[in-house]
Amino acid sequence: MSRGLLVSYAILTVVLAGAPLVLDAYWVDVLNSVGLYALLALSLNIILGDAGLFNMGHAAFYAVGAYTTAILNTRLGLPTLWALPVSGLVAALFAALVARPVIHLRGDYLLIVTIGLGEIVRIALVNDVFGLTGGANGLFGIARPTLFGLKIRRPHEFFYLIWAFVALTVFLFHRLEQSRFGRALNYLREDPVAAEGSGVNTGRYKLLAFALGAAWAGMAGNLYAAKMTIISPESFSFWESVLLFLIVILGGSGSIPGVLLGAFLVVGLPELFRGFASARMLVFGLVMMVLMVFRTQGLLPLRTVRFKKSDLERARAAP
Amino acid sequence: MEHFFQQLTNGLAVGGIYALIALGYTMVYGVMKLINFAHGDLFTYGAYLGMTLLTSFFLQDRLGMVAGLVILAVMVMGLVALIGAVLERAVYRPLRESPRLSAVVSALGASIFLQNALMLLYGARVHVYPEDLLPQATVNVLGLEVPLMRIVVVLASVVMMAVLYLFVQKTKIGTAIRAAAIDQGAARLMGIDVNRVILLVFLIGPALGGAAGLLVGLYYGQVSFTMGWLYGMKAFTAAILGGIGNIPGAMVGGLLLGVIEALGAAYLSLAWKDALSFLVLIFILIVRPTGLLGERVADKV
Repeated sequence: MSRGLLVSYAILTVVLAGAPLVLDAYWVDVLNSVGLYALLALSLNIILGDAGLFNMGHAAFYAVGAYTTAILNTRLGLPTLWALPVSGLVAALFAALVARPVIHLRGDYLLIVTIGLGEIVRIALVNDVFGLTGGANGLFGIARPTLFGLKIRRPHEFFYLIWAFVALTVFLFHRLEQSRFGRALNYLREDPVAAEGSGVNTGRYKLLAFALGAAWAGMAGNLYAAKMTIISPESFSFWESVLLFLIVILGGSGSIPGVLLGAFLVVGLPELFRGFASARMLVFGLVMMVLMVFRTQGLLPLRTVRFKKSDLERARAAP
Repeated sequence: MEHFFQQLTNGLAVGGIYALIALGYTMVYGVMKLINFAHGDLFTYGAYLGMTLLTSFFLQDRLGMVAGLVILAVMVMGLVALIGAVLERAVYRPLRESPRLSAVVSALGASIFLQNALMLLYGARVHVYPEDLLPQATVNVLGLEVPLMRIVVVLASVVMMAVLYLFVQKTKIGTAIRAAAIDQGAARLMGIDVNRVILLVFLIGPALGGAAGLLVGLYYGQVSFTMGWLYGMKAFTAAILGGIGNIPGAMVGGLLLGVIEALGAAYLSLAWKDALSFLVLIFILIVRPTGLLGERVADKV
C-alpha cells in the first residue's frame, strides 16, 4: 500500500469517526447506507474487479444472507450478530452451488446467467419457497443486534458497527490483493488462457472468488436485516445488482479506493438532491453515459503493476 | 384439448413479440458484441408512442381498418428507430473502441435515462390503451374461437420477421450487415462503410422493438414504463436460446420461449412463469452455449 493511500485512509477514518458527532440522524443513516453499499460493492469487486467475472446478480447473495439472518433470528431466536458468520457461510455455499455449472461461461453469457439467477432467487422469495420467506411481504420482527450488552438501536450506533466492518474489510481485501490468491485472480482477469497455462486452476479460483464475494455480500445482508428489522424481496431486485455493478465500474473496477469512492458517489451524492427526486434518476442515467464516454476506466482506476527494471533482471537471472 | 390450443396460440403471439424484440438484440450483438440494455426501453417507447398516436385526432376513426394499423405501426417504428439512431450516434459510437464493461454500463445508463424520461413525461402509473378503439372480435380458426388481436399479433410479427430475413439474406445492404458481423475490419477493407451499417442496425432493431411494443399495447391493452426490462430480458433469453447473432435463431428462440412460457404458466405454475424462462436460459447455456441454431466455436476457459 502506498503512503498516499495510507494517508487517505487515515483522513477518511478520522472524518468518518467524527461524522456522527456533528450530523443528525438522517445523514448518519445515509452514511450507514453508504457503508452497507461499500461492503457489498467491495464484495462484488472480488468477483467482478479482481477475477473479471461479470456478475450482475449479486443481490441474490445479499438476499440469501439477509433471509438467513431473518429466519435464524425469528424462528430459532439466534441473536442477530451470531447469525453474521452463518449468513456469510450460507451465502458462500449457495454461491458455490449455483455458480458451479455456469462458471465456465464467457463474459456476456455469464452476465446474462447471473441476471437470471438473481431473478430466480427473487421470484423464489416472492413465492414463499419452503414456506420460510414470507412471500411478497417478507419477514419482520428481526431483533436488533446486541454487542457487549449494548443494544444497537439508533443510526449512530449502527454507524460504528457498519463502518468498523467496512474498515476491517478494506484491510483484509488489501491483504488479499497481495496474496497468492489475489494475484491468481488478477492473472485470471488479464488472461485466462495464460493463467490456465501457467498452472492456475481457473475453474477453482473462479468458484473461490464467487464464494468469497458471496460470503461478504451475505454478511452485509445480515447487517441490513439487523438495521431494517424488516426485509422483503423488493430490496433485492435486479436494480440492486445493477447499482452494485455501477459502483464498482464507475469507481474503478479492481481498485479498492475506487470502489469506496463509487459507493459515496452513487449512494451518498444523490441524497443531496432529494429535492429533485423525480429528475434524480434521469440525471443519474445521463451521468453514467457521459462518464463512461469520457472516463472509460472509472474515476479511480486500478494502476497496473509496473515492474522495476531490477526486478526484471533478477527474474531473468533466476534459474 | 381446447385449453391447450388456446395456450398454444397465446404462446405464439407472445413468442412473436419476444422474437421481434430479440431481433434487435441479436443484430446489435452480432455486429457490435454489445448487449444493448436500452433495447427493452425502446420497446416501451414503442408501446407509449403507439398509445399516444392511437388517440391522436386523425387515427381515431381509422382503426379497425388494416390501413389504420399499418399507418400507426409505421409511425411508431419510425420514431423509435430515430431514438435508436440518436442513441447509437451519441453514446455507443464513442465507446466502440473502449473496454466491454464501459459499453455495458453506458447501455445501463441509457436504459435508466430512457425509463425515467418516460416516467417524467407520462407519470409513473400504468396506462391503458383506449379499449373502444380496439377491435374486440374473435375469429373462428378450425373450430377454435381466437381473439382477432392475437392473430394480428402473430401475423404482423411473422411478416416483419420474414421481411427482415429476406432483406438480410438477399440484398446488398444485408450482405454488408452480415459481413460487418463476421469481421468489421475485413468488411471495412472490402469497402463497406461500417459506421453506416451499424447505424442501420440501430434503425432496424429499434424499429422492430418499437413495433413489438405497439403489439403488446394492442394485445394486452396495458403498458407501464418499467415493462421494458422484463420483456427485454426475455427477448435476450430468446436470442441466446436460438444462438445470439443469428437472425433465424432469434425468431425460433422467441416463438419457442413464448410457447414454453404459456404452456408452463398454464400447466405448471403461474407464479413461477418468469423464473421458467430464466431456467430455460441457464439450461440451454449449460448444454449448448451457442444456442439451438448457433455454430459451435472452439473457445474454452
